Amino acid sequence: MRLPCPFCGDRDIQEFVYRGDASLVRPEHEADMFAYVYLRDNVAGPMREHWYHTQGCRNWIVVTRDTRTHEVSDAVLARAASEPEGPR
Amino acid sequence: MTHFSILSFAAHALSGHKNWAATWRDAAPRDAYDIVIVGGGGHGLATAYYLAKVHGNANVAVLERGWIGGGNAGRNTTIIRSNYGLEGNTAFYEHSMKLWEGLEQDLNYNTMVSQRGVLNLYHSDGQRDAYARRGNAMRLNGIDAELLDQASVRRLAPFLNFDHARFPIQGGLLQRRGGTARHDAVVWGYARGASNRGVDIIQNCEVTGFKRGHDGAVLGVETTRGPIMAGKVGLAVAGNTSRLGAMAGLRLPIESHVLQAFVSEGLKPVIPGVITFGAGHFYISQSDKGGLVFGGDIDGYNSYASRGNLPVLEDVCEGGMALMPMIGRARLLRSWGGVCDMTMDGSPIIDRTPIPGLYLNGGWCYGGFKATPASGWCFAHLLATDAPHETAAAYRLDRFATGRMIDEKGQGAQANLH
Repeated sequence: MRLPCPFCGDRDIQEFVYRGDASLVRPEHEADMFAYVYLRDNVAGPMREHWYHTQGCRNWIVVTRDTRTHEVSDAVLARAASEPEGPR
Repeated sequence: MTHFSILSFAAHALSGHKNWAATWRDAAPRDAYDIVIVGGGGHGLATAYYLAKVHGNANVAVLERGWIGGGNAGRNTTIIRSNYGLEGNTAFYEHSMKLWEGLEQDLNYNTMVSQRGVLNLYHSDGQRDAYARRGNAMRLNGIDAELLDQASVRRLAPFLNFDHARFPIQGGLLQRRGGTARHDAVVWGYARGASNRGVDIIQNCEVTGFKRGHDGAVLGVETTRGPIMAGKVGLAVAGNTSRLGAMAGLRLPIESHVLQAFVSEGLKPVIPGVITFGAGHFYISQSDKGGLVFGGDIDGYNSYASRGNLPVLEDVCEGGMALMPMIGRARLLRSWGGVCDMTMDGSPIIDRTPIPGLYLNGGWCYGGFKATPASGWCFAHLLATDAPHETAAAYRLDRFATGRMIDEKGQGAQANLH
């Protein structure tokens, strides 16, 4: 599997670190932390997810990938994706 | 049902083995059952078997989307062990090990349980201390464990790369009662035992939804072979637990990940038991056919694809070569991937759900095979009595909210690191 890094182009997944579901947003209130930390939609189908290009440009990117086929349909810089909380 | 014995075998030999009956009935669904178990893998079939045998309730159906033995039951690396260190796990997995030890007599079926030993190697002083601690926890719980020094490991497995420059082998933690079992025979044996006691095993029957009462309670399932009503519905669909849970409106502490496994061409006996590498993730055993069966880490990204990618293969083979260079010329025959329920603490769930009538058995991560007998035993106990079995009481669904996680590896809430 290769990921189309918006900065580096097509790169082997060995260069990336996986973080997971990009739809999760760190909540304002402590009461919502349980769902944020532990519960997942665990989508079977196209899923937006955070990858870190640790052995490349060191950008966080948001990849849209089908979890049933591993087919990648989109990849943008996380900054550009304007994640409300943004990955660190 | 034919009782398997030397006499029945000899009798059938006289007719050229042409008259053996089918191992289990391929049942058609009835309108209603006391208990419907979704998932005809090892765990679901074991649950049905113990419901019928221990709790005397055979008004049970097992629904399987594909065919018996076609899911993760046929995609594991067949290892059995009970070398866990945390309370909540130790008693459960030892319960499973004891059931393995009597399984063939109980089922009258050759599940090829082979207690050839599971050896975890350590490569540093710190790792030795951690293994000593785990071994002590096992022995305090009545489980066999031996901490071996390097000389003892040399006697067991002289072919290992003891003097590796970076990861020299200092010794190992050995559980002699651990080993392997024949994965297909386990599901076939449980299917036969359950079917013979009256359980309906319904194949090619995919659950597409739940029938709900006005109070939200689950009253049955919608399937590709029509609706089936049930007093209770138990899910045993590890790998797809989130998908079934979502149909009922549950959002669970589970991610689905792919785990690969590999097998080499058949070789003469070279690996005496199960051996794991402590400095990387690599484990290996040799099947009775001679193939080296090995694997390592999950791929690490969410997947329902039942196949993985090459970086993990490379990583696993590097681990193998570091540990036992002699396998370098063995040719790889097959590889495959299975979809695993990875929970947020690396431990399973056997519990009621917040929805009346719906019970959950899942979250087995990549370690469900060894748990098959006890998982069935404890889920049957829960379904029959509405109370958790004493050895599975810690596998609660709400433990993530209450802080009672069972995190053997100490990784925290990151599913792909367990």
